[in-house]
Amino acid sequence: MLNKKKNKLLHFWRTVDVPVVAVLFSAVIGAVLLRISGADPLDAYRALFQGSLGNISAFGRTLQKATPLIFSGLAVAFAFKAGLFNIGTQGQLLFGALAAAMVGFTVQGVPAWLHIPLALLIGALAGGLYGMIQGALKAYTGAHEVITGIMLNYVAINLTDYLTNGPLKDTTPGNIIARTPLILETSQLPSIGAFPLGFGLALLVALVVWWLLQQTTIGFEICTVGNNPHAASYAGMNVNYTLVGTMLFSGMLAGLGGAVETLGVVHRYQPGFNVGLGFEGITIALLGKTHPVGVILASILVGAMKAGASQMQFSAGVDKAIIDVILALILFFVAADVLIRKILRYRDTKGEDVILSTGWGK
Amino acid sequence: MEQIPVLQLRGITKCFGEVLANDQVDFDLYPGEIHVLLGENGAGKSTLMNVIYGLSTPDAGTIFFEGSSVQIDRPRTAIDHGINMVHQHFMLIPVFTVAENIMLGDEVTRGWSLDRKRAYQEIQQLSEDYGLQLDMEARIENLSVGLQQRVEIMKALYRKTRVLILDEPTAVLTPQEVDDLFEVMHQLIRKGISIILITHKLREVMHIASRITVMRRGRVIGTTSPAKSNEGELAAMMVGRQVTLQFEKTPLQTQEVVLDVQELTVSDEQDREVVHRVSFQVRAGEILGIAGVQGNGQSEMALALSGLRPFKRGRLCLSGKEMTSLNPRALMNHGLAHIPEDRQKHGLVLPYSVADNQILNTYHHFPFSSFLQRHQQAVLTNSNQLIDQYDIRASGPGSPVSTLSGGNQQKVIISRELNRDICCLLANQPTRGLDVGSIEYIHQQILKLRDQGVAVLLISSELDEIMSLADTIAVMYCGKIVMNTPADQLTKEQLGAIMAGS
Repeated sequence: MLNKKKNKLLHFWRTVDVPVVAVLFSAVIGAVLLRISGADPLDAYRALFQGSLGNISAFGRTLQKATPLIFSGLAVAFAFKAGLFNIGTQGQLLFGALAAAMVGFTVQGVPAWLHIPLALLIGALAGGLYGMIQGALKAYTGAHEVITGIMLNYVAINLTDYLTNGPLKDTTPGNIIARTPLILETSQLPSIGAFPLGFGLALLVALVVWWLLQQTTIGFEICTVGNNPHAASYAGMNVNYTLVGTMLFSGMLAGLGGAVETLGVVHRYQPGFNVGLGFEGITIALLGKTHPVGVILASILVGAMKAGASQMQFSAGVDKAIIDVILALILFFVAADVLIRKILRYRDTKGEDVILSTGWGK
Repeated sequence: MEQIPVLQLRGITKCFGEVLANDQVDFDLYPGEIHVLLGENGAGKSTLMNVIYGLSTPDAGTIFFEGSSVQIDRPRTAIDHGINMVHQHFMLIPVFTVAENIMLGDEVTRGWSLDRKRAYQEIQQLSEDYGLQLDMEARIENLSVGLQQRVEIMKALYRKTRVLILDEPTAVLTPQEVDDLFEVMHQLIRKGISIILITHKLREVMHIASRITVMRRGRVIGTTSPAKSNEGELAAMMVGRQVTLQFEKTPLQTQEVVLDVQELTVSDEQDREVVHRVSFQVRAGEILGIAGVQGNGQSEMALALSGLRPFKRGRLCLSGKEMTSLNPRALMNHGLAHIPEDRQKHGLVLPYSVADNQILNTYHHFPFSSFLQRHQQAVLTNSNQLIDQYDIRASGPGSPVSTLSGGNQQKVIISRELNRDICCLLANQPTRGLDVGSIEYIHQQILKLRDQGVAVLLISSELDEIMSLADTIAVMYCGKIVMNTPADQLTKEQLGAIMAGS
């Protein structure tokens, strides 16, 4: 009985060990860097904590920062399941954000209960269709999704820049900034107290993603294609449809993230406001081990670091760029999980497995 | 024998977790002998070889090399002692030439640069000494598997090998290449090199071994020689019980045609026609065995028949229904079962559990799911039942199929494919790489299906398998069916000659 419990605990630790240790290591190295830059690490971390979790409004800010990360993290994690590395989340997110803004300021005279879902839906579709391009290119021409994703990110960045500086530019007299008009009030996603509604939506979407992957035949097909596309087609699954469909849904998640950011935080589309949110999805997905719950926890952690950064800069007197360095370190350690396993002195289970004789190989 | 063994193992013990992979293993290798190490998958052969080759360190026991105790902690030490291993999967660089691959890791240098000329001379000399013909300038990727293996052996010779370990070297070879390899092995032992041959093909063992050591469950069961033993006895030692190698078959009842293939033409990935206008029929309750050396179009034909590769021309009827160029799911729904040639590539998702692999192509049917929702409980129940029924050795339905032995992996596929209402079974190399116990089991299952009235298309390059199972035998050669006759009108020798294209 006790043994079973211990086993379960061990299993749990084995699941979360790399992310946890990666965060701890990064914090320690971050402390060294803070020291070098002349600050007291303890003070700095205390300020970081105060600014992110110290009170209700700080916590609200953390959740708000975490919200788009959950969406883009889920987008990346979801595509991973089908063996796809969706590095195009950034572009999908931008289109989602822009499309939601367009619905927000053009559709007039509809009540909020209709306006908000409509804007979210159009945002998700915009991102999804954009992601689908990558999926279709992969499925039908074999073009690698990382390459096309990077290219399409540039297209998205420049196209949205052009649109907000041209046809969609805010024509309010006196405006010289490239940005769209403000969205109507009926389309703004409110907060309940300090709690941003968008975060609730993110949790809901994470639940849907979990259900889809773990509990449905669609999820089974996606994971099968990701693990072994040959076996998938042997089993009668349509690998190409699955790839395209996965990218559609992954893009929808990213687009939804952009839409929520527009409707809930920025209230218009303005280039420069969504920078990095899509790319950070990669960090989040890896840190969260591509599991929806992991993605939520990782997003809250990173969200907290972003939310508390200003407070840290203010009270400890260090540049908040240090937060980006720590984030980069986390990603580094998570990606180099072999290093962590070495440090934790795990036996390399790949070399000596219980498979004593493999017969013949692949 | 007064000779000193070149290699002596005493009391080698190695544990992996709770599994005792090697238990007090003693093993002697004398100069100039071919010592066969025989055993089922998971018997501990590979572990023992890894110990000798320095890939893993034993928990207990001693290795003596030419009479003195040695520590072999990594492959380099083994190589320095003159112990070399040719793995099942060749460790060659495809874009390098033969000579470059041979000298790799032991380069002859002059100052900072490679002394190609001298290296080539040395290798050429070696190849003449041992009678191993090889084109030194040829690129590895352009060589046949048999020649690649020869390069691996040359690599060992170049490192002045005394002991050569061959890990299932014949698994990937054609019958002709096997003969060539045996010739090479005889050359080597004449020069005083000792060979450890790992295999589970009994016929080869009887043919080539000087001595045979049989392992089972990590222990040495005994050491014998071909003269003192026979195939049945060896099989019994390996498995631990009597094994049936020949089956009694009920006479063939002529029934209606189930699988009807007409004028089938299929191309390979490079768009070369590798199957030309092939026609055959399989009746209910009949096993049609398609013999042939591998690479004569069988793989492509099987893929086409199971819907995984398009037909270029031709028709396919299943139980009288036109099924030409339909997808795998449609064929499956009409009662086709498929045991694929490459079980790890097509047949299984290795990281998946046994349970999930057992519903890999029925996951969308009730009771495993309704609408979108999967029913894990039904999947588990199904798996528990199949594990029982097909005697699959796994720690449970949830264990990843990658942790199972080859034979049990194949049983997972068979349990999945045969547990449906089927009218036709397409079995492509169903026992390749498996041990005798599993082969016996799978053959029984195929015969049982035949007796139940299923049409079986058996594709195999193992002559014995075709001879003992098939009612009708067809031979595939260069993409064509060159012969199609009842099995009892053929001898093995005739069949072998037709397979070789004469």
